[in-house]
Amino acid sequence: MTTNGQQKRPQIRKKDLSLWQLSYIPEIIKGMFLTFKQILRPKFTRQYPEEHWTPPSSYRGRPVLVEEDGVERCVACGLCARVCPALAIEVQASETEELAKERYPERFEINMLRCIFCGFCEEACPEEAIVMSNEYELVFSNQEDAIFGKEKLLMTTEQLKERLEFLKESR
Amino acid sequence: MEFFIISVIKIVIVLLIILTVVANLVYVERKVSAAIQNRIGPNRVGPWGLLQSPADVLKLFIKEDIVPSTANPFIHSLAPVISISVALVTFAVVPFGGSVELFGHQVKLMIADVNIGVLYILALTSLGVYGVTLSGWSSNNKYSLLGGLRAAAQLISYELSLGLSIIGVVMISGSLELDRIVEMQSGFQWNAFLTPIGFITFIVASFAETNRLPFDLPEAEPELVGGYHTEYSGMKFGTFFLAEYANMITASSLIVTLFLGGWQFPFLETFGLPAMMATVVQVLTFVTKVAFVLFFFIWIRWTIPRFRYDQLMNLGWKVMLPLALVNLVITGGLILAGLF
Ligand code: SF4
Ligand code: SF4
Repeated sequence: MTTNGQQKRPQIRKKDLSLWQLSYIPEIIKGMFLTFKQILRPKFTRQYPEEHWTPPSSYRGRPVLVEEDGVERCVACGLCARVCPALAIEVQASETEELAKERYPERFEINMLRCIFCGFCEEACPEEAIVMSNEYELVFSNQEDAIFGKEKLLMTTEQLKERLEFLKESR
Repeated sequence: MEFFIISVIKIVIVLLIILTVVANLVYVERKVSAAIQNRIGPNRVGPWGLLQSPADVLKLFIKEDIVPSTANPFIHSLAPVISISVALVTFAVVPFGGSVELFGHQVKLMIADVNIGVLYILALTSLGVYGVTLSGWSSNNKYSLLGGLRAAAQLISYELSLGLSIIGVVMISGSLELDRIVEMQSGFQWNAFLTPIGFITFIVASFAETNRLPFDLPEAEPELVGGYHTEYSGMKFGTFFLAEYANMITASSLIVTLFLGGWQFPFLETFGLPAMMATVVQVLTFVTKVAFVLFFFIWIRWTIPRFRYDQLMNLGWKVMLPLALVNLVITGGLILAGLF
């Protein structure tokens, strides 16, 4: 007899109600008391710009590149750009001698006007080099500003610690 | 001449007060509704958001005034004027205090001391329909028209029970003068206690007359876009908006005057206050009572959902009208029995 863990209420038919109940008055009074009680209860409102919300680590904010020991993890394989349903990512690969890896992205751009925060890039990346951060405040005044280059995308592993741990647990 | 000057002064003062209260009532409504929904409400403009209403009015003045090309421009502009003036003019006969001795003149604290105050109110509230109906018709838009028609039907239906429930009060006090009706309710002989059924029917009818929830069918947003004022913008829309709140104030002060003892502070004469003080107390009593009724209006709005149109009509004709008639019979019987 339970639906969604709630006790099923007996059905109330109009013919069973007394005249007093049919007059709506008891129900209206009940409702008025309920709304009055709400006035005295604490408020839910968050004063947004002053009171910033920090999302939990499962939140998919803007995608960022992971920076480890001063360089990005990305090896410019282009998988994220391939999987991106919104075609928001552009990677230009280049070769390198001095780094531990052979390839690195010479240019890495995400068009934040295109990105739909699906998180596919993060899933596709073999190096865990692109992850979703917890930043959600994206404001631009023109289209050029919306294309984030490497300088805006790089974030250190310390900054992304929570997200990386979350990924380790849930993958 | 003297009478003329005193009247003009009274009109200016009362009008200014009412318009200020109207603007701030919007703010109060938003705050109360926010509190009921566990929100904070407007708090950005000025301290505690108190300047929200002036900011809104300013915005409405700056906005473009759009008149639909197929609308009747004259009536389209006339309708909001009718709405707001009816709402404000009704207040003219409401006494908000006894009479005072000011600079050697005996001044009654009401604008127009007409001896048929009750009839004047009934006449003017029926005029209010024109504002709504004409705005709906002149906009040449089907939603506006439907809203206007609904308003006409609703207001006419509830006018009857409104009038009938006042008659009980008139029978008890034996006068159509509002001043006299208030004087009769000294102590706790409030008409609300003498004719409780009339009180309830009057309150319900005034909710319908002011187009407030649960009877705001003329502007039911989910069905009619915006109802009769769909095609209005800028300050013309603002006028309708203010008219709704002005109507609320008028309706509340009528409820207070007719049923809740008006400016009477129970047993004030036994305190032996000087005449000036007594008047101040009376005016404050009136204001406080009106404030309580206004809060009640807002409180109801955020508690009870909107009626369906057929329910509204059923309630009006099959419940409210018979109740008002029963009230008349009971009141008549009690008067015959010599109880009041
Ligand atoms: S989150 Fe989705 S849309 Fe945004 S860059 Fe990654 S793959 Fe593209
Ligand atoms: S999938 Fe990862 S490694 Fe490959 S280009 Fe994208 S971010 Fe770099």
